[in-house]
Amino acid sequence: MNRWQYVLARLLQMIPTLLVILVLVFFMVRLLPGDPATAILGDRVTDEAVERLNRQLGLDRPIPVQLAIFMRNVAQGDLGTSINLKVPVSRLIAERLPITMGLTLYAGLVAALLAIPAAIVAALKRGTWIDGTIRGFFQVGLSLPVFYVALQLLTVFGARLSWFPVGGIGSSFGENIYYLFLPALSLGFYLAAMLMRNLRASILEVLTAEYVDFARSKGLQPRVVLASHVLRNAMIGTVTLFGLSIGRLMGGAVITETVFAIPGVGRLMIDSIYGRDYSVVQGLTLSFAVVISLVFLLTDLVYTVLDPRTKMA
Amino acid sequence: MTTTTVPRLRRARRVVPRPKPTLVIGGLLLLGFVTMAIIPGAIAPYGPNDFDYGAILQAPSAAHPFGTDNFGRDVLSRVIWGARIDMQIALFTTLFPFLFGTFAGVVTGYYGRWLDAIFGRIVDVVMVFPFLILVIAIVAILGPGLSNMYIAVSSVGWVYYARLVRGETIVQKNAEYVQAGKVMGYSPSRIIARHVFPNVVTPAIVYLMTDMSLGILLGASLGYLGLGAQPPTAEWGVMVADGKNFMTTAWWISTFPGLVLTLAGISFSLVGDGLADLLRPKS
Repeated sequence: MNRWQYVLARLLQMIPTLLVILVLVFFMVRLLPGDPATAILGDRVTDEAVERLNRQLGLDRPIPVQLAIFMRNVAQGDLGTSINLKVPVSRLIAERLPITMGLTLYAGLVAALLAIPAAIVAALKRGTWIDGTIRGFFQVGLSLPVFYVALQLLTVFGARLSWFPVGGIGSSFGENIYYLFLPALSLGFYLAAMLMRNLRASILEVLTAEYVDFARSKGLQPRVVLASHVLRNAMIGTVTLFGLSIGRLMGGAVITETVFAIPGVGRLMIDSIYGRDYSVVQGLTLSFAVVISLVFLLTDLVYTVLDPRTKMA
Repeated sequence: MTTTTVPRLRRARRVVPRPKPTLVIGGLLLLGFVTMAIIPGAIAPYGPNDFDYGAILQAPSAAHPFGTDNFGRDVLSRVIWGARIDMQIALFTTLFPFLFGTFAGVVTGYYGRWLDAIFGRIVDVVMVFPFLILVIAIVAILGPGLSNMYIAVSSVGWVYYARLVRGETIVQKNAEYVQAGKVMGYSPSRIIARHVFPNVVTPAIVYLMTDMSLGILLGASLGYLGLGAQPPTAEWGVMVADGKNFMTTAWWISTFPGLVLTLAGISFSLVGDGLADLLRPKS
């Protein structure tokens, strides 16, 4: 199977999962206690208003018909309209998803930049106080709640020292590197801790492999052995972990965006829950699933490039 | 007639490795938190919701080591009472997933076929969501609060245990002792419960401790977002949120609960790592 056939096959495999999610998301709103219209409008409304909204939402039709209409609309990219913001949900998501994706990737980058050098140093200095300090530092990182790191960074470097803005986003790419630095750091710290642990362990494992001994005995420079023999092989597992963690980062973005007042989909999700804007919650849940499925596919592809032995099946 | 003497087998002594210092430290910390959770009233100098309008926003001092908040409540006392809620969160976000997930994992792994096919679809669906998003979405339907949070976490969390145990069961079900059990005519339920289960439950137990550390962070995060425990409950995440608007004027309101929360997370993960070292057979 060549690469494109593989991608196509994987995309086709996503369809049943997404269909199940679509049905779940459809019933999610119908599971609300009481009828949705009352939930949306609150208790103090007239029966006519409830009836009107029900008709507007198509809730007066039989459930199978509603499901069919819902499916058709989603297939056409129509995710309904936000009740509070009075904008199509698809437009809201299109506007805000790039912000969250940008923040997520930025956090991933920060995590990799923190974790990779730390893991190399810790592995090469195994058992020394340097190793101990690095591991201790990241052990704490594993248990630091994202909201707490975010709040402390915001207070110290934003409010007190004024080195960074205290929230929001910039208007250009360069500005956002600056605006989103603290959010990305607070979001990426946990991932950095996970990556460091994982990479350190795999470097130590690879260091005992015969091909590393062979490369050394060939008289290759230690630097060359480290870069092209040890790291290349040790990174394979770490890349997978990185890909699988993108989902967790997007989850964490909900918190980071709330603390730093970043107008991404995470904050939109929380606002919509408070505002009982269920069509937005529905649309967001769906788009999270699609994005993460695509990230998983991408991870597998990168994996096959890094490790050519992997069969694309 | 010859008699053969069967040499008495000496039972091999199981080598128990000495626990690492990190496990001891983690265990002691955890013990401290559990004590705080059981008898907060005996340790805390004040009640969790004792208002004192004469002592509002006081900096840490001998009378209030962690200071007081905007209602004059003693932060140290609230942190200690908070252990009761947060330890409860650690327990209730993991207990049901552990029990049901282990059961589901061993059954799907052992019987396979259509059970496995259904389980595979459930895993596919759960895995394409960030855990936090899924929990938040369910809480959005059920409404904020601790019990709804437990329901939300439990309805998703079991999948992780089931996946772990299922994989282990598939390896074990072809082992000789299982075949022997079948030859002996044991019922599948007896083989599963008495023979397979004890051999596959270890990874789930190891994961349980790590999961408790994740559970406590998740619970506090939802508390912070206003979707978990509700104010004025003394819960560490809620307390961090309570103090967030005072960060530049009264840093202690948020800082101490957050530090203690981190410490609790560390103690769970140290114990988890230590248990993993002790229980996992060395390859």
